[in-house]
Amino acid sequence: MTTDVSDLSAYPHRHLLGIEGLFPHEISFLLDRSETYVDQNRMDDKKKSTLRGRTIINLFFENSTRTRTSFELAGKRLGADVINMSVASSSIKKGETLIDTAMTLNAMHPDVLVVRHPDSGAAKLLSEKVNCAVVSGGDGSHEHPTQALLDALTIRRRRGDLAGLQVAICGDVLHSRVARSNIHLLNTMGARVRLIAPRTLIPAGIEHMGVEVFYDMTEGLKDCDIVMMLRLQKERMQTSFFPSVREYFHFFGLDYEKLSVTKPDALIMHPGPMNRGIEIDSEVADDYGRSVIREQVEMGVAVRMACLEILGLPRDLSDSTVRDL
Amino acid sequence: MITPGMKATPPRELPGKTAYINAHLVDPANGLDEIGALLSDGESIADVGPDLFRGGSGWSVPDGIQVIDCAGQYLSPGFVDIRVEVGEPGQEHKGTLASVGRAATGGGITTMVCLPNTEPVIDDMSVVEFVARRARKLGLTKVYPYGALTKGTNGQELAEIGMLREAGAVAFTDGTHATANARVMAQAMSYAATFDLMIVQHPEEPQLTEDGVMNQGELCTRLGLSGIPPEAETIMVERDIRLAKMTGVRLHFAHISTAESVDVIRKARAAGLPITCDTAPPYFALNETAVGDYRTFSKLSPPLRSEQDRQAIVAALVDGTIDAIASDHSPQDEEAKRVPFAQAAFGGVGLNTLLPLTLELAHNEHISIMDAIALITNRPADLMDLPAGRLTVGMAADLTLFDAQRGWKVDSGKLLSKSQNTPFDGRPVQGMVLRTVVDGRTVFQLDDEA
Repeated sequence: MTTDVSDLSAYPHRHLLGIEGLFPHEISFLLDRSETYVDQNRMDDKKKSTLRGRTIINLFFENSTRTRTSFELAGKRLGADVINMSVASSSIKKGETLIDTAMTLNAMHPDVLVVRHPDSGAAKLLSEKVNCAVVSGGDGSHEHPTQALLDALTIRRRRGDLAGLQVAICGDVLHSRVARSNIHLLNTMGARVRLIAPRTLIPAGIEHMGVEVFYDMTEGLKDCDIVMMLRLQKERMQTSFFPSVREYFHFFGLDYEKLSVTKPDALIMHPGPMNRGIEIDSEVADDYGRSVIREQVEMGVAVRMACLEILGLPRDLSDSTVRDL
Repeated sequence: MITPGMKATPPRELPGKTAYINAHLVDPANGLDEIGALLSDGESIADVGPDLFRGGSGWSVPDGIQVIDCAGQYLSPGFVDIRVEVGEPGQEHKGTLASVGRAATGGGITTMVCLPNTEPVIDDMSVVEFVARRARKLGLTKVYPYGALTKGTNGQELAEIGMLREAGAVAFTDGTHATANARVMAQAMSYAATFDLMIVQHPEEPQLTEDGVMNQGELCTRLGLSGIPPEAETIMVERDIRLAKMTGVRLHFAHISTAESVDVIRKARAAGLPITCDTAPPYFALNETAVGDYRTFSKLSPPLRSEQDRQAIVAALVDGTIDAIASDHSPQDEEAKRVPFAQAAFGGVGLNTLLPLTLELAHNEHISIMDAIALITNRPADLMDLPAGRLTVGMAADLTLFDAQRGWKVDSGKLLSKSQNTPFDGRPVQGMVLRTVVDGRTVFQLDDEA
């Protein structure tokens, strides 16, 4: 299905809380729309007035510099007023519940709320309580939709199409919202997804999400087009999922030796921030012939501009196909 | 197959060709059970079979080959013992690699797997390499170490089992005590399954065995000792079978001792789970009455059980539920045993008595000699994926020549091991090792046989 890139109602949802449930043409539309911002972001004058007068609140219950900055830049380049609220300076510490915070903010009439929260499902809960659009900036181990979109945009610009690509997602899948969003997106767009990790970091039942699971890097990486490394989320690990960092790197860290079995032009991706020497060797991370890690960051701003624009502007959502995801 | 370079290797001079003629070849892996001969060339088996070196009505061996006439005695693969405690490093007063190695060769054992409960614990690649290097230098019984499943065998944090495997550890266990925490065990199993590693559990729920010193029951009560209920074993077996099912790990239970454990394992195997187990001679050849008058040599872990349990272990050996017999050799110095029963250390030596006690199963007509020998050769070797336990051409010439009938009396004080704490002291047994060959070299020969 071809979509008019200027018709924002091609994305017929009030919120963007996850990738699961989006149709291929909706994802394509988001990517097409993002594409138009890539060039703008490379110009000297990056600012537009698309969202002038609109208010965007970045509500971050989890430490984040990269994602918050990316959303903040995206909002400002669209001309919106962007307010950052982080948990350290909010009322949450004083005992206010998530819903109380949402109601308070809602009373200030924001147009878009960007939410990051350590609990899965928090963005959904918030979206049910406010009148504005909600964009998830990552909820617990559930989804991180804009990350999956920026990964997809990065791949699409390099490879032309996602369909038919063999993608390996490696590492801490258990704790990763990035992995889950990417699994949904890549499967929806016709790529084939492999997961590679020690069994302790593979969540139960994930093979029913349309992935092939490997426990050995050399087997799993064989003939892959894309290698997505995940950050080892040590802050979420209460018990020992692996014996030591050196053993983890020995068996699951990405280095040239393990990379030797992929397609020769395989792209290396990482959502950042990287643990160098744990999940990825510095040499590989900094190999700009193959590593597109910096490009992912650049695409992040473009993708978030598209999302904020689509959700922040009035759209005709009267169509019967509108589903609140 | 494991090839950690632990075999006896040069600089030693290669042995020449040796013909073992007029031998009753018994090789369960290859179904061989008849009179024949075996030729070793250098460190390997070059030929074997009933027709080898036959000349007319006798034997005919070409010149230049050393001939050993086995006089119709049994020649089997060298025995494989998958549970041996060695004091080295750290507790050399109990037993060193040299003393345990000598005792093992005297018992016909040519390959053994030793527990990680040393000081330092075998939870680091350097300790694996130390043990391998020491054993290789000695050139006695081949030694493969278990790696610790958790750091320091403390049951809390996973040891580097992937790298320990690469260094040569054959399987992973906390050894003499159970990995008790269910969450730690589940994660260890899941992680081990990543690399298809085997976990070996000493099945005993520690909360139920604390302070216990012998099997719980009437005898224990009469003696005024605190008991270890058989349920402590069964509960851990049941729990771990469920965890193994959840994680897909290969799980092996060491020294199974109760009727109920055997039932549970039998059912799990019937359901197709990759569960295996072994037992040790005390659990099919003795029962709790051996504790008698507070005999500390009979204080073992797990404890000697009831007669009904003993019979169930025999039955499980007969029907194949139990995969192997290990000596469970646990040397303790005199000081550790010459104390009141409650204070005595657990454990008994077993290297010298492995053969005769295993043969008891055949002498008592429970199983054939061939099946008895399988329990201490190819079956334990296959469990641990060791290149041993069969008379196959091209494999190492690790051989044991034994007289299955010859009787002797176990005598604590005259065993070959450094420690003498055998629970079988005074027992008349049948079956004597005449000669032990490792890599084509005779490393043990019975005095009166020379």
